Amino acid sequence: MRRIDSPQALEQFRAEILSKRDPRQSLITICGGTGCHASGCHQVVEAFKKVLQDHAKNNGISLRVTGCHGFCERGPLVVVHPQKVLYQRVKPEDASAIVQETVLKGKVIDSLLYEHPTTGEKIVSEEDVPFYKKQMRIIFGNNGSIDPTRIEDYLAVGGYQALPKALFSMKPEQIIAEVKKANLRGRGGGGFPAGVKWEQCRNAPGDIRYVICNADEGDPGAYMDRSLLEGNPHSVLEGMIIGAFAIGSHEGYVYVRNEYPLAVMNVGIAIQQAQELGLLGKNILGSGFDFEVKVSRGGGAFVCGESTALMASIEGQVGEPRAKHIHTVISGLYDRPTNLNNVETWANVPLIINKGADWYSQIGTEGSKGTKIFSLVGKVNNTGLVEVPMGITLREIVYDIGGGIPGGKKFKAVQTGGPSGGCIPESQIDLPVDFDRLTEVGSMMGSGGMIVMDESTCMVDVAKYFMNFLKDESCGKCTSCREGTKRMHEILTEITEGRGTTDHLELLEELGWTTMEASLCALGGTAPNPALSTIRYFREEYQEHILHKKCPAKVCRALLTYRILSDVCTLCGRCAKACPVEAISGKAKTKKEKGLPFKIDETKCIKCGMCFESCKFEAVQVE
Amino acid sequence: MTAPEVDSIIERYGGRESAILAILQDIQTKEKYLPKEALEHLGARLNIPLNRIYRIATFYRALSLTPRGRHEVCVCVGTACHVRGAQRVMDQMNLELGIHPGETTKDKNFTLETVNCLGVCAAGPVVAIDGEYFGKMSSVKVPGVLKKFRSDKKEKVDEKD
Amino acid sequence: MVRFIMDGQPVEAPEGANLLEVALDAGIEIPHLCYNESVKPYGACRLCLVEVVRRGRSRLTAACTHPALEGVEVLTKTDKVLRARRMMIELILAMCPDDQVIQDMAKEMGVQEVRFKKGDKDCILCGLCARVCDEVVGAHAITFYSRGDRREMGAPFVSEAQNCIACGACVVVCPVNVIGMEEKGDERTIVRWKRTLKMKKCKICGNHFAPWFQLEKFKEKAKLPKDFFDTCTTCRS
Repeated sequence: MRRIDSPQALEQFRAEILSKRDPRQSLITICGGTGCHASGCHQVVEAFKKVLQDHAKNNGISLRVTGCHGFCERGPLVVVHPQKVLYQRVKPEDASAIVQETVLKGKVIDSLLYEHPTTGEKIVSEEDVPFYKKQMRIIFGNNGSIDPTRIEDYLAVGGYQALPKALFSMKPEQIIAEVKKANLRGRGGGGFPAGVKWEQCRNAPGDIRYVICNADEGDPGAYMDRSLLEGNPHSVLEGMIIGAFAIGSHEGYVYVRNEYPLAVMNVGIAIQQAQELGLLGKNILGSGFDFEVKVSRGGGAFVCGESTALMASIEGQVGEPRAKHIHTVISGLYDRPTNLNNVETWANVPLIINKGADWYSQIGTEGSKGTKIFSLVGKVNNTGLVEVPMGITLREIVYDIGGGIPGGKKFKAVQTGGPSGGCIPESQIDLPVDFDRLTEVGSMMGSGGMIVMDESTCMVDVAKYFMNFLKDESCGKCTSCREGTKRMHEILTEITEGRGTTDHLELLEELGWTTMEASLCALGGTAPNPALSTIRYFREEYQEHILHKKCPAKVCRALLTYRILSDVCTLCGRCAKACPVEAISGKAKTKKEKGLPFKIDETKCIKCGMCFESCKFEAVQVE
Repeated sequence: MTAPEVDSIIERYGGRESAILAILQDIQTKEKYLPKEALEHLGARLNIPLNRIYRIATFYRALSLTPRGRHEVCVCVGTACHVRGAQRVMDQMNLELGIHPGETTKDKNFTLETVNCLGVCAAGPVVAIDGEYFGKMSSVKVPGVLKKFRSDKKEKVDEKD
Repeated sequence: MVRFIMDGQPVEAPEGANLLEVALDAGIEIPHLCYNESVKPYGACRLCLVEVVRRGRSRLTAACTHPALEGVEVLTKTDKVLRARRMMIELILAMCPDDQVIQDMAKEMGVQEVRFKKGDKDCILCGLCARVCDEVVGAHAITFYSRGDRREMGAPFVSEAQNCIACGACVVVCPVNVIGMEEKGDERTIVRWKRTLKMKKCKICGNHFAPWFQLEKFKEKAKLPKDFFDTCTTCRS
């Protein structure tokens, strides 16, 4: 690739790329996101490659492995262009048929189409699938069209148009003003107005400034940043370059968590290609602006998502947060003014510059503009990544996009904001999703994890789970967080194991208050949220555990008893075989023998549930 | 790991002291753990006191001071997998392997770890063994999944090495 | 100099001073464990909590790590502050139930009972020992290791502290006296770090005055002549 040294040359290059691409030509895109990897997309890709080896020369069919499409539940996903036919749950064996029938003959293969869960209707086009219909994929949408390892693809969909506009037609102050006008709020969880942050950083005393992209995404159940970084790294880089120009920074870092090797790789490739083209490095596009980006890997510590801990980690220290009485925009990385933003926040910037703040602020609510990408997971039919305008209700997300609860079970709560957030019960399901509304009900937007829970989820267990996570991930420096999370976890364990007392709820609330007030950083400061919000909305469930030693959701094992229903049991013996502690007596029925009834010895039973899982006749009862 | 090998990793990062975490991760990738001698040499070359290196090595979960097993079994305990029953999968792993998360089996074949979200929530509960993902796991599926990696299949493992 | 209000009284402090030292200088008692003038404030124990009102918002924060800022209002004894401090000492006492110093502090702060399962630690994880060793002495012998509730203080690889020069600074600075130093014959031991070093004998008075290892390190660092420490400091003066 040759180096591009002016905006005009960039447009020329873009035109060259587009001229070689005929939108009428057949193109097969396969989702290469990590979710689909787990479903075996790699084999599907290989199968297509093999089939196309014979056809490519004659028919000019191209194959493209793209970023995450978002509909992870139905992966591997294949879209055939130009018809835009969406095939889901594609197997390697289907490759040949797809090429023969759909690509060459234009026929649709019914069995691979998405089927509407209630009407049974087969849906052909990606955009008609209910999962996608209510979404507004202005940030995430390009994932499906580009190969993240080819910068030409990003250019072909209009990428790197905002950058020359910012560098040549706008002054840094104007860029900041535009971002402020758009009211872009941090998508990492803080919700702080990005434009204000940029301005504070720009105005801070000092010659050297840094910009950082926080890709530590530690909230369990949230993987939006990962898919964005893996699937469209240039959108993030472009945002960073524009931001750096506006702030007056020449050095940037992308801090990616260790558990995302594909993201680390794809960002690295993107940086390299951008550098080769002259979109990064010295004298970008001939503007005189220099900017370099380095990738910094995390080491497996959730606390490093906190800005001061992240900066300490980049400096080569342990990820221990420090007090932020003097903000990081004044004194951050290496004690210099530093602007840190989340992956998704950066990815919004090119859009705002391209289309303008007026356009952008038409989307969303009064206080929360634009869209938000959520990872909709848990007890929901359509698990995946969804991008929706702020202000859409939880009900619409869970039911219209998510397709409701599997097995027709009853909705119980949605957990948002990860370990710093809270559970939102059914009574609030018509809540419009935006920063302030979520905080009002005791949760928070967080980074975008949205975990759906149903009647078979125990809320006390959920609180215990989060507290265990936070206790493990706490850096351990301050008494209030280290001991607070430890003791809250201890109490929650007592409750789930049948040793809860009437004082426990009050003690949890007091510990929660102290941990929030006295802790040094936001990890400790928000750690009690899951416990406190579940106590707020599901107090009766706690009482059941404490007073009656029962778990209504049948999750807390110490409070369960397993029994075999003799009138349903077919004497097949599977349960006894599966039992790891030989607690089930009885003899299987064979052709020769009548068999003996199966019974669980409660004194030996460890409540592992293997018998329940292995029984094919629902003869094992749990209560 | 030999001193020159450590040196070449240090060179990869331009000898920057701030790159200590990345350097340790690269040593870990090669050796499957952080040998004490490598850390001592690293400290001497980068002029970092050993106590700071030790602190970093014990703070970050990605780093290990004890040798890891041949196969790394990662059970995802992210929230989405948790509500779908990951705890039972973990309990079954404990039973089958006889070890707890963070530990390695006596025959050094398996190391059991937890991971907080692999980003494969649609297929939860998820277990990843040596980077291979096993989705929609349940406690009954555990023995079958582990069988592939048991040391009875030693011949196949040696072939790969 | 910055001017602000503390407990209703106007105070003046140099820029860069922290609220705890300002309070202590003004004779205001604020309990603290991990603060020591000889090292940088750390903010770990959370006992020195105070309420700081800044730009109309009040926040609970550790006084030792909060800088003196123009125009703020600091409250050191509100109900909120006392309630939070009590929980902190209760948690530390639950962690280290047999520490006399902690027991006394708890009693003084009005904590009658510990509502949590009692632990069996003695170290309160304030970090003063390591901070002094790193910042003042420069021996870098010990460190915090592990994370979260597994956090501990010790020598690398939990073995003998090989960089320790047995100067005793950590012993002196530990607020709960759990490190310990013993001298027997010509040996000095820093008990907690399992470090025993042979002492050098003064040519003149015959006293064992400092460990060989320590003196060698000093000579190396300060580029002193080989026989510099053959005489102890008392005899030299």
